[in-house]
Amino acid sequence: MSHIIVHIVLILGLPPLLLGVIGKTKALFAGRVGPPLFQAYYDLAKLFRKGSVFSTTTTWVFRAGPIVGLVTALLAGMLVPLGNHSAPVSFSGDLILFAYLFALGRFFTASAALDTGSAFEGMGAAREVTFSCLAEPALFFGFLVLAKLSGSLSLTGMLDGPFPKGWGVAGASLVLVAASLFIVLLVENSRIPFDDPNTHLELTMIHEVMVLDHSGPSLGMILYGASVKLFVMGALLMRIVAPFESGNAWVDWGLFVAGMLALAMVIGVVESVMARFRLVFVPTFLVAACLLSAFGIVLLLR
Amino acid sequence: MSEWLIFLGIGCHAVSGVPGLFRRRDSDAGQKFAVVLGLIGSALGIVGAVGSLWQPPVANSVIKIDAISVIFLLPIFLIPALGGVYGLTYWKQAEHIHNGQKLRLFYGLVTAALAGVTIAANSILFLVAWEIMALSAFFLITTEDEDRMVSEAGWLYLVTTHTATLCLFALFALLRNVTGSFTLVALPDGLGAGLATAIFLLAVIGFGLKAGLMPLHVWLPGAHAMAPSHVSALMSGVLIKIGIYGLVRICSLLPHPPLWWGGLLLVAGTISGVLGVVFAIGQHDLKRLLAYHSVENIGIITMGLGLAMVGRSLHRADCVALGLAGALLHVWNHGLFKSVLFFSAGAVIHATHTCEIDRLGGLAKAMPRTALCFAIGAVAICGLPPLNGFVSELLIYLGLFRSIGIGHETGWAGSAFAPPALALIGALAVACFVKVFGGVFLGVARSEHARHVREADANMTGPMLVLVGCCLLIGLAPLLVAPLFEQGVYAWSPDLATGAVSLVMLAPLRWVSVAGLALIVLIVVAGVLLGLRLRHCGTASSGTWDCGYAAPTARMQYTSSSFAQMLVGCFVWVLRPRVHAPGEQPLFSRATQFRSHVPDIVLDGALRPSFRFGAKITSSFRFLQAGNIHAYLFYIVVFLILLLLWR
Repeated sequence: MSHIIVHIVLILGLPPLLLGVIGKTKALFAGRVGPPLFQAYYDLAKLFRKGSVFSTTTTWVFRAGPIVGLVTALLAGMLVPLGNHSAPVSFSGDLILFAYLFALGRFFTASAALDTGSAFEGMGAAREVTFSCLAEPALFFGFLVLAKLSGSLSLTGMLDGPFPKGWGVAGASLVLVAASLFIVLLVENSRIPFDDPNTHLELTMIHEVMVLDHSGPSLGMILYGASVKLFVMGALLMRIVAPFESGNAWVDWGLFVAGMLALAMVIGVVESVMARFRLVFVPTFLVAACLLSAFGIVLLLR
Repeated sequence: MSEWLIFLGIGCHAVSGVPGLFRRRDSDAGQKFAVVLGLIGSALGIVGAVGSLWQPPVANSVIKIDAISVIFLLPIFLIPALGGVYGLTYWKQAEHIHNGQKLRLFYGLVTAALAGVTIAANSILFLVAWEIMALSAFFLITTEDEDRMVSEAGWLYLVTTHTATLCLFALFALLRNVTGSFTLVALPDGLGAGLATAIFLLAVIGFGLKAGLMPLHVWLPGAHAMAPSHVSALMSGVLIKIGIYGLVRICSLLPHPPLWWGGLLLVAGTISGVLGVVFAIGQHDLKRLLAYHSVENIGIITMGLGLAMVGRSLHRADCVALGLAGALLHVWNHGLFKSVLFFSAGAVIHATHTCEIDRLGGLAKAMPRTALCFAIGAVAICGLPPLNGFVSELLIYLGLFRSIGIGHETGWAGSAFAPPALALIGALAVACFVKVFGGVFLGVARSEHARHVREADANMTGPMLVLVGCCLLIGLAPLLVAPLFEQGVYAWSPDLATGAVSLVMLAPLRWVSVAGLALIVLIVVAGVLLGLRLRHCGTASSGTWDCGYAAPTARMQYTSSSFAQMLVGCFVWVLRPRVHAPGEQPLFSRATQFRSHVPDIVLDGALRPSFRFGAKITSSFRFLQAGNIHAYLFYIVVFLILLLLWR
């Protein structure tokens, strides 16, 4: 029971910290002091105190977008195991619910963007749904590899069973899947080199340009939902890459948090050393991610 | 007893359009009578169909009503009756004095014939009902046959449906040869492999043509787009499913299917699913787009059926159960949400008189109930939780994962491509429905048509709300319908002992309910919290910010074609869009325009050119047929002499 509470507290409380760690890492590389580690929390607190401006063209869909985006990310967080601890909710087939919850969030955030009638936001929505079309098969090829290795169809079962011994049996497949999931993570969470979360006004933006018209608590929900999504997908990836177990349940929590912070640092390093790709190359990379994890399953099934 | 209720229901539908023929053309009385008769017939039929589950299955040499029949009968009775109510406003007799009576006569007949096909145990009765259904559908599609586009779509349908009938004649002739009777019974074990394969392939082609399986779908987009919307709902919701019914039936009769049959169905389903949704993304016409989504969903259903066949070859009861139950449940689900979508598309067309997505926009404000129904239908067709599409896709996903040998010894690596393909289909569907929902209902009106609209009346929104309720019910409480689909699995696969499979054990149906409810409750709670927060902090309204641009107009919005442009670019190798873009312009350019459309690859890319080529070749022999009777007599004499010489 106490572990379930820790799980919920981490899902609710930790995600904005990742944004802070990414920011600090990037500042370190640029030789700046950078914003404080807890900047994202301050931003959220500020946004939830502010009023909102709604465009006269918008309807209930515009207000529903951020809500659905946040709720689906949080529910997906209940399905994913954190480190060596199984998820509070786990059943055979939950991996499909996991993927489809994000799709539901995407449906409503993209619709909310179209609700403003702005060409910029339409552009962002189009890119978001287009890139996700290519990310989804990559994710499912990855799931196939994990399911085949573990013989289980639940996220907890998949990530508990074969690790860390799975690395001995099917290391090649797992490397491919991890690489593919890392690309998917970067694309889905709008990180450099695929998207830049910091600049709003460039025409090459994907996710950020969809939320131009949101303000106040709605914008807060979007920021928070995006950080939860990053956290949840990161937890999935870190369990594959670093399946460390200490034997002590509470130390495992510490290992998990350390792993997530390390992932944030890696993302920060990637963002610092790479330039953003031209938008036309993003589909190419996603197809590559698909093929990587497809090779992974071929290696297992041969 | 209950079979008589079904017969009575069929009878009510069959004659529902007849009394109206004897009324004045400008009076609505005949239409009201037809709708009431249809509702009574459907009530009787549904009671009879559900009641037949509690008695031993009726099976004689003419009629057979088992769980599979019941599964197909229920939407056949539900959707046309609701469509009739919808038609009270959408196709009011007083406003369509020239074709209202014809429409209702064949609307009733097609419903009765569809129900007849599902209860036929005899190939003669099956074919008679099939032909009544096929011909009535032709007259329904050509309701407005004074329009050239409509009659062209109708003729194309007539040609394809008779190609299908031709295959069915061959199929039933082979069956008669093997079993020695016209009754449809399981084929003997010692059947030769060649004969069995011939029967299977004839069934796939014949029934696939009806179901609209790619590349046999050529008639479907035009027919769905040209028919009145409640007829499109009937065709997409139930009529094309009769092809699936036939395929399911014949597959259950064939003993010991080889693995490649299931593989073929899986591949065909995947192609149909992916290409169906990809072509949908390229469309600008609301109803044409929805029609291509029927091709997609038929693909998903066929994937489920293919999985069940693979399961039978591998002797895996779990794959059979998940695949077939998923396919049959998707038959229901697609019938429900596609009817919602066609009904709301019809409401849009009724209000704006256009189905060009790029001329619409901003309708959610004037038509909130229609917009809500469309949104729910769109979420459901994308297979997203907490609605019914998710449940059937979940069953198929689970079966596909299991079929490659996850958690089990025996498996078939060949189906490993299918779960990611299904994920691709789902993600593309999300993209497509964001495009439609955004283009039609959100933003600002793009034309005068869309600016002055009124909400549809209760006759039109009522049926939509009923269907939306059904979608929610199946999505939130799949356990309610699971026993019926288990019965369907037993009826399909005779080698499964009763009690051998349990959907509740195989699929997390309880968790689906829990997750769906949690999703809805959390969204409501978060919405209330946000509302309270906003009331506390205050809200203001203003124009869309648009990056500081001061005078945005409706025409600057992202259109549905620009929304789809990147995806069309990704699939340009199959879509082959025709783009008419303005070339280089002089310094002070004159008014110019940009047009693009995506032609159908099979119809416009392959069939039309090959038929044109064939016509060109054969027309050079036309001189033989000059209309001169002496010449014809001469041919006969020459032919007879040749025959004599040959002997």
